Amino acid sequence: MANLKEIRTRIASVTTTRQVTSAMKMVSAAKLKKAQDLILQIRPYADKLQEILSSISSALRNQEESIFTAPKEPNKVLIVVLSSNRGLCGAFNSNIVKKTIDHIEENYFLQYKRDDLHFLAIGKQGEKHLRSLNLRVIGEENALLDNISFENTTILTERLMDYFKAGKYDRIDIVYNQFKNAAVQILTAKQFLPIKPDEKRSNDIILLDYIFEPSKETIIEELIPKSLKTQFYEVLLDSNAAEHGARMTAMHQATDNATSLIDDLKLTYNKARQAAITEEILEITSGAEALKG
Amino acid sequence: MFLEIVTPEKKIFEGEITLIQLPGSKGTFAILDHHAPIVSTLAAGKIRIVDTSNRTRYFDVNGGIVECKRNSIVVLAE
Repeated sequence: MANLKEIRTRIASVTTTRQVTSAMKMVSAAKLKKAQDLILQIRPYADKLQEILSSISSALRNQEESIFTAPKEPNKVLIVVLSSNRGLCGAFNSNIVKKTIDHIEENYFLQYKRDDLHFLAIGKQGEKHLRSLNLRVIGEENALLDNISFENTTILTERLMDYFKAGKYDRIDIVYNQFKNAAVQILTAKQFLPIKPDEKRSNDIILLDYIFEPSKETIIEELIPKSLKTQFYEVLLDSNAAEHGARMTAMHQATDNATSLIDDLKLTYNKARQAAITEEILEITSGAEALKG
Repeated sequence: MFLEIVTPEKKIFEGEITLIQLPGSKGTFAILDHHAPIVSTLAAGKIRIVDTSNRTRYFDVNGGIVECKRNSIVVLAE
């Protein structure tokens, strides 16, 4: 049996760890609340915008199409991988990398072989993983996560749109964690550009003959960038909320584990103490017996 | 007809109305029941709606977009 002092030190150190993890859990819970509010506010807006956009783009099909909606053969692909800057959030980041790899194997294996598959990392943890897998990471936007605002997102979205317009990439996908609730994140790989017309609704909408005010071109020019920016912003908020959720759950688990570890250690400690006392009494009594005899 | 007004912060109106007047970027216009499908951008101004119980309400917008189809209107305001 381990000696008493050793166990005492371990109990003390595990208790400190528990304090840290439980504090981190509290912090994440507070941040999660904020992030959750933001994402729940933006969702109806983004959904409606998406709806309008897809019904317009399917109404416009076969007519003058915007460069952003025209379907293209995905020869050169960029995948934006959203992870987190900080660790200690359970499987959040490794899940993202796993999903990215699955996504490549399913859809872009040829492009990967040809070295036409590039990555943009948002989040240090994901960047590290991707680089260690020897994937072509063309840049990182880790600073974006420290300060998520619509303006900052707009700058990045415009850059992505420029890449696409210039023909640098034919397809841009985003891999991220969608926030469902604190404990559940949905891993999502979503096509960002070109915009996919809504399959299930396009059939009945094609025939709708819209009046466009002031003109079709202005609407498309205004609506598409706006929708893309909103979408990207929503994705960022989603991933952010998911990260805090994941961290909260992970820290909750860590706190629970620490508690059960402390219980075990205390039991061992008391057993060892009892054994030591019993031994001492035995020694004394046998000593006394020996003197008598 | 059914109207929804949504902003990036929240949904500010949802319900049945009889008339909506909007500050289109080419000038103010109104949409009544069974309007033809229309998509228009909005300029800064006031949205006026008249609901089914004939009450008039106003909302200020800073621009946005409106879509009307099959007797349901979505206003994305800013």
